[in-house]
Amino acid sequence: MSKPNQEIHNCILDGDAGKTKILAEKIVNAGSNPTEALQPFITAIRHAGDLFDQGEFFLPQLLLSAKAMQAAMDVMFPSSEGKSAARLSRGTVIAGTIQGDIHEIGKNLVCALLSAHGFQVVDLGADVALDRFVQETEQHKPDFLVLSALLTTTMINQKHLIDQLNDKGIRDGVKVLVGGAPVTSDWAEEIGADGYAPDASRAVALAIKLLDA
Amino acid sequence: MTEHTLRPKLTIISDSFVDDIIEEAFAILDKVGIFVENSEAYSLLSEHGAKPIDSGNSVRGTGKLSFPKSLIEDALKSAPRTIQLYDVNGDNEINIGGDEVHFDPGSAALYIHDPSEGRIRKPVTNDLRRFIKLVNKLDNYHIQSTALISSDVPEKCGDSYRLYLALKLGFKPVITGIFEKESFSVMKDMLTSVRGSESALKEKPLAIFDACPSPPLMWSDLTSHSVIEAARAGIPSEFVSMPLTGSTAPITLSGAAVQHAAETLAGVFLAQTAQTGAPVIWGGSPSAMDLRYGTTPMGAIETMMIDMVDVAVGKKLGLPTHAYMGLSDSKGVDYQAGQESGLGIILAALSGVNVVSGPGMMDFESCQSLEKLMLDHEVCGMAYRLLNGISRRDDLMALPLLQSLPKGGHLLTNPHTLKWFREEISFPGKAIDRRARGSDKLEDLQTAEKRAQAEVERLLTEESEPYVSTDVSDELDRLMVEEIKRLGGAGLPK
Ligand code: B12
Repeated sequence: MSKPNQEIHNCILDGDAGKTKILAEKIVNAGSNPTEALQPFITAIRHAGDLFDQGEFFLPQLLLSAKAMQAAMDVMFPSSEGKSAARLSRGTVIAGTIQGDIHEIGKNLVCALLSAHGFQVVDLGADVALDRFVQETEQHKPDFLVLSALLTTTMINQKHLIDQLNDKGIRDGVKVLVGGAPVTSDWAEEIGADGYAPDASRAVALAIKLLDA
Repeated sequence: MTEHTLRPKLTIISDSFVDDIIEEAFAILDKVGIFVENSEAYSLLSEHGAKPIDSGNSVRGTGKLSFPKSLIEDALKSAPRTIQLYDVNGDNEINIGGDEVHFDPGSAALYIHDPSEGRIRKPVTNDLRRFIKLVNKLDNYHIQSTALISSDVPEKCGDSYRLYLALKLGFKPVITGIFEKESFSVMKDMLTSVRGSESALKEKPLAIFDACPSPPLMWSDLTSHSVIEAARAGIPSEFVSMPLTGSTAPITLSGAAVQHAAETLAGVFLAQTAQTGAPVIWGGSPSAMDLRYGTTPMGAIETMMIDMVDVAVGKKLGLPTHAYMGLSDSKGVDYQAGQESGLGIILAALSGVNVVSGPGMMDFESCQSLEKLMLDHEVCGMAYRLLNGISRRDDLMALPLLQSLPKGGHLLTNPHTLKWFREEISFPGKAIDRRARGSDKLEDLQTAEKRAQAEVERLLTEESEPYVSTDVSDELDRLMVEEIKRLGGAGLPK
């Protein structure tokens, strides 16, 4: 690895958003092509994801790496160019815990790992109203909707959301992933979701598989 | 000569450390405050002296409130120090307080571990039925809990349906809780129908409602509602604060305990504002988060240490206590399941936790197992034996016996042995293997799960008569059918 690339790698793995941002600014100021220049950042963040999967990286470290990555993306692809960033990334994701449900740790973890594997993630938080998901989907046309539900009583809202997307005619444009402790692959099938995964690592693998499909 | 001796007790934290935790919790309530998401709770708390922290509050009728120490201290004075529970017939008083220890199965499992099908699956009515019947038979569980969520009724009545079956088929008092605000009233109606009247229910509580604050420092709409309604009905509320270290709470065990105390004190205050003298239990289900996987282990030793500190704090404040101990994160009925649950049960007993919820539960509070419940029951028996301590039965404890013993003799038929063997030594059921090995082939040697499975099936084939009268049973049916229909279901499942 070249020296500058090594530096990028270290900054991301150290989860140092401040330094990563400075490095990204240098690249932008030097007039380099951001698309090409992003590559070492992506390599680094995927490495962070792999380290987490292998149990060598702890959650706080992974989250800091994802933050550092986000800092670089913000500099290299300011919002007006969000589209090209999106194209560069593996895919775009809108995520949230479904209406009525405030459990958010699992969803946060799925978001962090997706970011760490190069997805562009917008996290709407917990107890997200169905309308809000619909609006955001209409407006941003993400590749994936990531819907978390931890209660048997709120799972049903995953179904209601899919029904609403169908009613609006926007269901086909997005892949809906569902998860959370009471959710099963049977449930995903029953409500017409595109996929289910039992944990964050497998959620990433699922998203990648669906992209390739 | 005194027969009885010391009741074994374990303390892992000094008295002054406990005082510091309490003081810091008071400071948090005063300086940081608690976010109250429920407008009725918000008004009640404000009326009783809690102060809004941000100015937008009054518009929304919810928000962050600060609690001066003196308010909480008054609330602590009015909360009862002990609570009595009674079975469905109003008998068998269970005292919750002091250092008494009562075990109940871990509650609200999404899944059941089913060895006969060789898989983990969603529970249905028949599983709940079997579970309740088994708990009826296992004496070391003094309280039952609505342990499984049945998947064959509409999701929205998952909470009331499990209580319905517990009251219809079980006889022990019940630990339960709501998943939906709307469920409280029908669940209260069910309890009232068993007792005969609202005042009889107040007089002889039949159920405890769990209510979890949301870490950090929030009381949600749902759980505030539960606390208020329970207080008014005289139903004990059990606060289940669950700080998760390093994520929704400080990473330090003591920091998590401080947060737990602050959230729980706010609950005590809320209950007392709804009804002075409302019965409450100082409970908890903290977890030392595993930062490699983001999971919430209940079997971690650090989780148990936080529980033990939380309980020490509750005792210092003079309240009945509870902890989620005796669970495992294992996915099978195996070494890890036994080790984590056994450790939790013993530590809880030694800490004098009044209500210990957890037996049977695995996989981070998400999966129940009848076989594990059976095995954990044996450990609870051992815990009770341990609590009875070592008694001094004779002035001279061994000398005269050994003096009278001829060379090569034994004490098997000695009157002293016959007099004391049942009191000194406890005998677990068949799930615990103490027989001589019958074979050297591993395949012939039964695992704990297999033995427990045989015991479960044996106990479940025994007939048992219904505990509630036909009238009450019919009334419970009526309430449940109405609720299922309200929620769009057809009626009771087969
Ligand atoms: C922590 C916790 C809470 C905390 C949540 C804190 C927070 N900020 O998130 C608090 C205290 C707030 C809470 C509250 C309640 N809880 Co709670 N809670 C839990 C607990 C113990 C752990 C959840 C957790 O964070 N796990 C760790 C994460 C990493 O795992 P995870 O969420 O499952 O996520 C992983 C996978 O599922 C998957 N995944 C998750 N989302 C997605 C999405 C997609 C698309 C994909 C592919 C994958 C995926 O990947 C994740 C990472 O590997 C569970 C028990 C359990 N085993 O789930 C109970 C549990 C879910 N809670 C339960 C209950 C009953 C409640 C309450 C109703 C209790 C009450 N009456 O007060 C309230 C509900 C409030 C509400 N309206 O939402 C029950 C649910 C029963 C039911 N009917 O469904 C459970 C099962 C516990 C129990 N047995 O009683 N709870």
